[in-house]
Amino acid sequence: MSIAFKPDETFRGDYSYRNSPVAIRRFPFPFPQDQYMYSVNIEPHTKGPAGSVFENAFDIDEHYVAEMRDRAITLERDPGRCMSLPHMIDAEWDTLELIMESLARDYPDLFQLHRDGARWSWINRPLGLEQTFTFGDVATLPCPPFEYITRQCQGDFVIMDQRDNDLWADSGMITSQADWSLMFDVGMSFKEWHGPVPLAHDMGIFERALKYLLMLQQGRPVRRLNWTMTINPRLDTSPETYPEWGPDRTTVTPDNVGDKVHLRVELQGLFRLPRSNGMLFSIRGYLASLNDLATHPRWAKRLHRVLTTLPNELAEYKGLVRYRQTAIDWLAKFDDGADLGTGTQPE
Amino acid sequence: MSASMQVEITRIRDLAPGIREFSLSPAGEGSFPVYSGGSHIVLSLPLGARPHRNAYSLLGDPNERHTWRIAVRKQEDSRGGSRWLHEQAREGMKLDIAPPMNLFPLVRTGRRHILVAGGIGVTPILSQARELARIGADFEVHYAYRGPEFGVFSDELEALAPGRVHHYVQSRREQIEFRSLLSGRPLGTHFYICGPAGMVAASMEAGHTLGWPESHLHSEQFLAPAGGEAFDVKLAKSDKQFTVPSELSLLEAIEQQGVDAPYLCRGGACGQCELEVLEASGELLHHDLYLSAAERASGRKIMTCVSRLKGGCLTLNL
Repeated sequence: MSIAFKPDETFRGDYSYRNSPVAIRRFPFPFPQDQYMYSVNIEPHTKGPAGSVFENAFDIDEHYVAEMRDRAITLERDPGRCMSLPHMIDAEWDTLELIMESLARDYPDLFQLHRDGARWSWINRPLGLEQTFTFGDVATLPCPPFEYITRQCQGDFVIMDQRDNDLWADSGMITSQADWSLMFDVGMSFKEWHGPVPLAHDMGIFERALKYLLMLQQGRPVRRLNWTMTINPRLDTSPETYPEWGPDRTTVTPDNVGDKVHLRVELQGLFRLPRSNGMLFSIRGYLASLNDLATHPRWAKRLHRVLTTLPNELAEYKGLVRYRQTAIDWLAKFDDGADLGTGTQPE
Repeated sequence: MSASMQVEITRIRDLAPGIREFSLSPAGEGSFPVYSGGSHIVLSLPLGARPHRNAYSLLGDPNERHTWRIAVRKQEDSRGGSRWLHEQAREGMKLDIAPPMNLFPLVRTGRRHILVAGGIGVTPILSQARELARIGADFEVHYAYRGPEFGVFSDELEALAPGRVHHYVQSRREQIEFRSLLSGRPLGTHFYICGPAGMVAASMEAGHTLGWPESHLHSEQFLAPAGGEAFDVKLAKSDKQFTVPSELSLLEAIEQQGVDAPYLCRGGACGQCELEVLEASGELLHHDLYLSAAERASGRKIMTCVSRLKGGCLTLNL
């Protein structure tokens, strides 16, 4: 397979990010039903259909090169978006190994890994990188292993340390987050960093999810989808840069809503790390504008119903309140009220 | 991403009366994954018609990808697993195993680590000691055994932690005094023990009495092997009747019949696989994290991915 990258598109300034029809079709639309509510929607992260975002452990798509450049810009402005506590060094190497092995196996024309004992050679063709290094020796890489590999893989990443029957967010590469701060959350436990989520605590969601994850086995990763909405195709929607993007929420009008409002879906993966017994949490984001989604009327109808019935607490938590009605009004013209059945398929 | 892997027994060594070490290598091509100190694997042993599952700690170097080692003490009153390994197992035989799982991990934020091994309980302590030695952590080992000939891993431990291994030989009336071992330790010290039940209980009691936090006292746990006793199932709507064998979950057995059953997480957390129980002539064994106490008591629901019936027949509305 080969991917036609769009190296010049941007996620800030003129926002030249666009999805091809292929990218829209494979968008991980997250709503199987007309109403949305929290659930422990975790399933085994097994190989999905060819071409789908579930095909590989780490999905690389047409936005790869541009997203990696946007990450580099964000890190240049704020190096604190990548942090790792000292006891996480084995987990950093685990992460590098998992990502390099997965990419080289799943995209052999783009990435290559040669291992000769601890002597490793890595080739990343899309970014034009070649690196020979000694596995386990930080001094042989240009930066620490977790930062090195996550500058080359789409999605945000957290590594959790497992101790005292809990998971602690002790490392992170976070440059495309839905309004949460690594600087604030690093070192927190599972329940602490989920503290702000409404409703789900009373439903026992986090308690069950944590017990399940503590038993996660190596070689048997799991995944789930999460979602929110973003104005403009912007990756860096962090609390630290809120003044740059927060006011955009007030700029949505009936004329520009199809262009400006994006459904932001996170394909979240969880992988047990073998040598550290830690857990890699990958947060792979996808952005599709309402115009993009409306090219598949079933999705436009579904999203119209989900937004209409979304509980207010969730709309507030996800930051949709100011433009939700404008989006619902725009989507209404696609919705003939037909029974859509269950499922997330585009047709 | 398979749930099991096949290994070959490449070497068997008798270490002491009733203690055997087995070296395992991947059957066919490929190499093992690395693992973390304190991990165990589950062996499927061919005892009669049904495989018998036993958990054993990996005792070698966690970074060794070609050979894994376990040590087995022959339990005369066992269900047969250790006896099979001592009497029937031969070099060259192939076995299925579940990949490593760690329910006895080291705490990487710990400042000092005290490892205690009793008898064959030394096996997970060995891989933990190797990991601590590799990362240059501050640790010490206390190794207790029945007689001099049973200290079978003394040399390996000494090589890992020269001068930091303390031996206690029961036949010489030496034993670990947990009150003194655990008192006066600096904050940030973690304690790990694997050994006979009485020894573990004594150490925990000493720790609690001295005010150690629960989160700093660790003893070995194994993952309960999947499966359980066989039982019969009737599917009312699909009109099927079959037996769920010990090595399959109820959900897997339903899937083998070609019947579509709901599922998502396959670990008892999400609630998707819930089915209505129409009749159960036996005790429902609920292993899920989902059903409330009231729902369990009603006997009307079961999560098929992890739960089972003890004896008799289960009739489901599917």
